[in-house]
Amino acid sequence: MTQANRQLTKTAADRASLSTFDGGLTLVAYKHLSTGSGITTLPQSKRYIIPLQQHIGVISQPIVKTGDRVLKGQMLAKPGDMISAAVHSPVSGTVSDIREHEVPHVSGLSDLCVIIENDFKDEWVARRPLADEYNNSTSSDLRKIVADAGIVGLGGAVFPSSVKQTEMNIRTLILNGVECEPYITCDDALMREYAEQVISGADIIGHIIKARNCIIAIEDNKPQAIAAMQQAIDEDGTGFFQIKIIPTIYPSGGEKQLIKIITDEEVPVNRYPAELGVLCHNVATAYAVHRAVYFDEPLISRITTVTGHGVASPQNIEVLIGTLMSACIEHCGGYTEDSDELIMGGPMMGFALQSDELPVVKATNCLLVTASEENPKPKQHHMPCIRCGKCVDVCPVRLLPQQLYWYASSQNVDRLNEHHLFDCIECGCCAYVCPSDIPLVQYYRYAKTSIRQKERERKASDIARQRHEAHQSRLEKQKREREEKLRKKREMLKTRSEAKGSGKTDSKKAAIEEAIKRAQAKKAERNKSNTD
Amino acid sequence: MFTVIITLAIIASLFGIVLAYSAIRFKIEGDPVVDKIDAILPQTQCGQCTYAGCRPYAEAMAKGEADINQCPPGGETTIIALADLLGVEVKPLNAEHGEVKTVPTIVRIDEQTCIGCTLCIQACPIDAILGSAKHMHTVIESECTGCNLCIPPCPVDCIHIFPVEATIRSWTAELPDADYAAPHAS
Repeated sequence: MTQANRQLTKTAADRASLSTFDGGLTLVAYKHLSTGSGITTLPQSKRYIIPLQQHIGVISQPIVKTGDRVLKGQMLAKPGDMISAAVHSPVSGTVSDIREHEVPHVSGLSDLCVIIENDFKDEWVARRPLADEYNNSTSSDLRKIVADAGIVGLGGAVFPSSVKQTEMNIRTLILNGVECEPYITCDDALMREYAEQVISGADIIGHIIKARNCIIAIEDNKPQAIAAMQQAIDEDGTGFFQIKIIPTIYPSGGEKQLIKIITDEEVPVNRYPAELGVLCHNVATAYAVHRAVYFDEPLISRITTVTGHGVASPQNIEVLIGTLMSACIEHCGGYTEDSDELIMGGPMMGFALQSDELPVVKATNCLLVTASEENPKPKQHHMPCIRCGKCVDVCPVRLLPQQLYWYASSQNVDRLNEHHLFDCIECGCCAYVCPSDIPLVQYYRYAKTSIRQKERERKASDIARQRHEAHQSRLEKQKREREEKLRKKREMLKTRSEAKGSGKTDSKKAAIEEAIKRAQAKKAERNKSNTD
Repeated sequence: MFTVIITLAIIASLFGIVLAYSAIRFKIEGDPVVDKIDAILPQTQCGQCTYAGCRPYAEAMAKGEADINQCPPGGETTIIALADLLGVEVKPLNAEHGEVKTVPTIVRIDEQTCIGCTLCIQACPIDAILGSAKHMHTVIESECTGCNLCIPPCPVDCIHIFPVEATIRSWTAELPDADYAAPHAS
């Protein structure tokens, strides 16, 4: 019996102790497409395009100028706020421009990017790796290393990792190696090839958050990854780690779904998992933390799955952030004849891209090229909702998708909030099962973005009101001050004129009178002296 | 008999004290309806409603002097919200006051042409123009509400209107197409 098989027989016993979440789907995984070969490294390109917004939160602030020479791993932009992440140069070279460039985003819009011309010298910035010393470092020092390395959640949400790593009495660190979405195998490949480094990264995170144990969750369709991770844990031998093999149900890799499976506790609405004493990190994030601590290497590369029936040789590639997607596709043998659409992410949660001249970003876990016949949802007008309720059965968050659809299409914000629109994780299960082919997630995305837009408008109008009030009070103050000044001047003149016995207007008269007085006084004096 | 009268008198005076105290303690400053209306208005202070700003328009509406359909920057959304608040029928925007903007706009000063006359600074209701006499002026774009009040006073016509371009941070998804009438919630 091989080690992998031994693991699988253990699965049944492990499953008994696991909880489950409502809904979800069993999907055809198509994972075998890209797991045939190991991880390959993409050769360096001439030019790299580094978007400044690759994370949830505020856009980063560039700290380099056009024409600057930058080294590999040098920080290009610092975090713009508390919730933001640094961005680094993936190669050594010259900053040729800082301008708007198309980025992979649902909207297909452009954003500010730093463009770097590679000089192929591969010169690293000065590094001071901490390595094993991390055991003697404080949590805040290590968190700073994670923040300075620009590490964000690599499972797809790209939330700045250092912000997540609080010391809020965390019991358990959950390492997410579930990777439930079809086609994607980058985490699987990472665990197979870099199990030791992933474990080391998890140990560092555990040290930062002072966790008591670490549960590594992996779906039961990844026996090789499970075996590799088990071996790494055995070698570690501290008893800190434990593998939980979980059944293959989409979307069990969602943070809140995974926490429900493992702890049988639900993360309440508007709360964070940390409040339950658990913290979730993706295996790729742990790997990035390991690289940051052991090699002082910022997040400048990631493992991406290039897959689908529309690409000649699907595989996992280690690619530098900022590489053009076209280069990745070319490395994987190029497009097949019947390739149809390029999607970033998986078939359920990914989005179609307008072109392949876009940079790979920190969130790019998968580039899926569909072939024309496998594209699951042809673009066409959908049919009316027949209220069959299938979407309700599969929703992992226990929402009412058809009600949400109704209220989203009539823009009923109050009802959408009552039905917890913002708890929707956009997993796409509802749209997948819909017999009327309603693109439900698109409706929710529309509703969410327009509600957020209204919120932004309201905030802007509040600011405008404040500024207008400040403007008005400033004008009034100026008016008051002017009046006060005038009044004072008038008073001053009045007192002066009173003192002199006449106004300024008849100063001549006053002068004459004064002269007469002087003359009379002199006369009197003369008379006096004469009589003496 | 006397005890009853005295008891009632004591109770009455106690209530009197409580009411007098609460009248002072919980006194409401200003008119809450005006505040509610003002909160709905877009705060461009553009004066297209014929009032001096959003607050005066809100006050006029609260008194019943102004109609709810005089605010072009607010458009349909504002009219619906006002109708909802005031319990009146929704009506289309009064065209006398201007047309609804389809795209939000801001203004920019052509800095080559600007002579530094400060007239636009005085016209801006929210102090979003920066500059001083005989020096170049510039619009603080993030604060500009697109009221266009600075355009008429400019003697050299160097202020121009520009649409606000969507970024990935302000982007709004489109409503998907349906090939039949969209459902409406009851």
